[in-house]
Amino acid sequence: MRVDAIRDKVAIIGMGCTKFGENWNKSVDDMIVDAAYEAFSDAGISPDDVQAAWMGTMASGLGGISIGIPLKFRNIPISRVENACATGMDALRNASMSVALGMYDIVLVVGVEKLKDSGLGGLPEFFSHPVYGQGFTAPGRWALAATRYFEINNIPPEEGKRALAKISVKNHHNGSMSPKAHFQRDITLEQALNAPIIAWPLGLFDCCPTTDGAAAALICPADMAPSFTQDYVLIKGFGLAMGPGLGKEDIDFKYDRLPETIAAGQQAYAAAGVKEPRKEISCAQLHDCFTIAELLEYEALGFSEPGRALDDVEAGTFTLEGELPVNTDGGLKAFGHPIGATGLRMCYELYHQLLGKAGPRQIKNPALGLAMAQGGHPGMLMPIVTILGRKD
Amino acid sequence: MACIKSTGAYVPFHRLKREEIGRAWGSGPLSGEKAIANYDEDSITMAVEAGMDCLSGFNREEINALYFASTTAPYREKQAAALIANALALPRNISTADFSGSLRAGTNAIMAAMDAVSADPSRNVLVIASDCRLGVPGSNFEQVFGDGAAALIVGSSGNVRILKSYSHAEEIIDIWRTQEDRYVKMWEERFVFLEGYIANVREAVTTFLREEGSTLKDFTKVVLFAPDQRNFREVARMLRLEKEQTQNPLLEEVGNTGAAHALMMMVNSLEEAKAGDRLLLVSYGDGCDLFVLQVEKEFSQNPERRGIRGFLKSRMFIKNYEKYIQMKRLMQVETGRRRPPAMSSASVLHRDRDMVLGLYAGKCKGCGRLFFPPQRVCLYCRTKDQYDTVRLADKKGKLFTFCKDFLAQSIDPPVITSIVHLDLEEGVRVFCTMSDRDPDTVKVDMPVEMTFKKISEAEGFFNYFWKCRPVR
Repeated sequence: MRVDAIRDKVAIIGMGCTKFGENWNKSVDDMIVDAAYEAFSDAGISPDDVQAAWMGTMASGLGGISIGIPLKFRNIPISRVENACATGMDALRNASMSVALGMYDIVLVVGVEKLKDSGLGGLPEFFSHPVYGQGFTAPGRWALAATRYFEINNIPPEEGKRALAKISVKNHHNGSMSPKAHFQRDITLEQALNAPIIAWPLGLFDCCPTTDGAAAALICPADMAPSFTQDYVLIKGFGLAMGPGLGKEDIDFKYDRLPETIAAGQQAYAAAGVKEPRKEISCAQLHDCFTIAELLEYEALGFSEPGRALDDVEAGTFTLEGELPVNTDGGLKAFGHPIGATGLRMCYELYHQLLGKAGPRQIKNPALGLAMAQGGHPGMLMPIVTILGRKD
Repeated sequence: MACIKSTGAYVPFHRLKREEIGRAWGSGPLSGEKAIANYDEDSITMAVEAGMDCLSGFNREEINALYFASTTAPYREKQAAALIANALALPRNISTADFSGSLRAGTNAIMAAMDAVSADPSRNVLVIASDCRLGVPGSNFEQVFGDGAAALIVGSSGNVRILKSYSHAEEIIDIWRTQEDRYVKMWEERFVFLEGYIANVREAVTTFLREEGSTLKDFTKVVLFAPDQRNFREVARMLRLEKEQTQNPLLEEVGNTGAAHALMMMVNSLEEAKAGDRLLLVSYGDGCDLFVLQVEKEFSQNPERRGIRGFLKSRMFIKNYEKYIQMKRLMQVETGRRRPPAMSSASVLHRDRDMVLGLYAGKCKGCGRLFFPPQRVCLYCRTKDQYDTVRLADKKGKLFTFCKDFLAQSIDPPVITSIVHLDLEEGVRVFCTMSDRDPDTVKVDMPVEMTFKKISEAEGFFNYFWKCRPVR
């Protein structure tokens, strides 16, 4: 096995992202067109140049033809990827492997999700067992980890909730500087702490919204990238780790660690040659579907010592001005979470940070960026990690 | 001769003070409180609870028949007893029957059990009666009716002998429900009680005593079913019963539990009875059933068997009548526009019936570890298709972690999502929700036990599974 086989072989030469939010006046096709054409324009290439495509969606389309129709492709290979919240980033991973193989020169990757046409205030229900595992929600399953994390680390719940609220305040602040974010408003610590409880100990501001959106990337072999553009970034590595996913049934699983996320991070670090993530990663986009997820991911990815993430939150390590800015565009919390688009949206932000095009959110001298998206919940996670780097 | 080998009972955790019902309707309240089946309970789940209570310490393999009695069985066509037998892990080669249609269904089932034992003295029949009837909102019945269940094992030997029995049948339209009625209906009150309950009890008791050549003085206690307090006092006076000779009618604490009521009173009386006591049990409903019980030996105090006394002590008052409306679904109540209606599949439930109804875990023959739900490939040692099954339903344990989920749709939010570690040497974890709890007192490591509940009504049928609850 050569986990580093993909390092520096593939370049991202263009990216696009729609406004995320409640896009009442945009269809799935509209959002695919918006995201893809921004990427075409960014890379300076025509849709006719696309030789193959990957599309990622959890439930907003059937088959690869879902992007063939709006983009009018003429009989090219298109694959549809579904991998829960890892969908968009896994579409990029699959497309990248085809490029690294030398099979295609220009490949389009699109991730999309339309959640707001269901008439429901959350994710749609999928068929599951009639009685086992019924009555549970995503925030509820993450709240189980919060309760246990506080208990194991002797953190009074009020203190734990305060740390989670700070993560939310940070992400909302970053979102206030992201013109395409779902929410672009600062919130106060008091607002977050006094918000209605969704799944105790998680309150409203600990939870990401239900969002529509799409994002797209154009990739090509690294050595061909300069012929299209001077502004491109390189794929350094991927990590994708799934286990039996039986944590909620396995008495050995203690709920204060995310073993799959740890493994996905280690794969990506090995792929990219990262030895000391906290020092080497310039900024990260993490999967803050719930604030407790971001907190546990600090530890899983080696940014914080196990059980000590609260210290780093307290120290402001992950703010825009901090040592390792996390969710510089607002994250899932403020930018929104259209499932199939999320992984590509994270790459969209890293791409702009690495190219020095992140506007008021721009961090200083970024070299390596990490994006991590994950489906599921503690005990049953489907995490994917992508590390991107500057061309020089 | 038929004997009672064991008894058990179930009284729901939730109670409502009758004065609160009076407040809601601006009408005169009756005294006391009533026991209310939770939103996730029905006559089947309560029967499983009473059955577990009765079977505690009893070898289930020795049960040959299960007779279930109720006027509120969830299905008009589909046997409740078969489902209850599965949830209680009774042997497959068992005779099951539902008794219904009358408040006398509970004692009808005892009569049938006695006949079965007379025909074959090696038989043990588990009789369970359970009811949760509804009175029309605002009616007297609404205040009077309560919910509960009782169970007993009838065999040819046991601590209590059933010496004699008597029955007569009466045709009278006093109280009824047609196939379409949700609420119990009645004719004019004075007719119902004078010509129905009181006249029949008088006839049954006097006829029986005359035939036996005995008097009520020969009985330590009379266990007298009565539809409400006023009629109880009326008949006690008519029969000239001494106060200490009357068994507590449970109307103040539980309410009239229909087909289960006479059995609940009987279980309660046997909890208090001494060796040598002789009891007269009287039930009414389209006629009367009478039984003479001779207590040969007191039932030992099994702490696992809670009975009426134990369950009466464990209770939580619901705050107001509005909550009662929700629990009984007396009105359509908003539960949030978040998810489409619950889904189910009869074939999935059938395939998984042992796991779903019996809460069976897999025990790997390779490494000896337990896992719920059973896995074909062991998580720990990858042994494939080599496992025994272990029933978890009767185990107690501790709450490992939880959340209070207000987003999950429920009649009674928040949903307490629970990770439970059951007390087994090998250790086993169960992922479930919590019922019969006060959300404010839920905490990590609290002792819990498993309880059989209704999860949903989906695809037009009822979906049952196990939840945890704080130990009652």
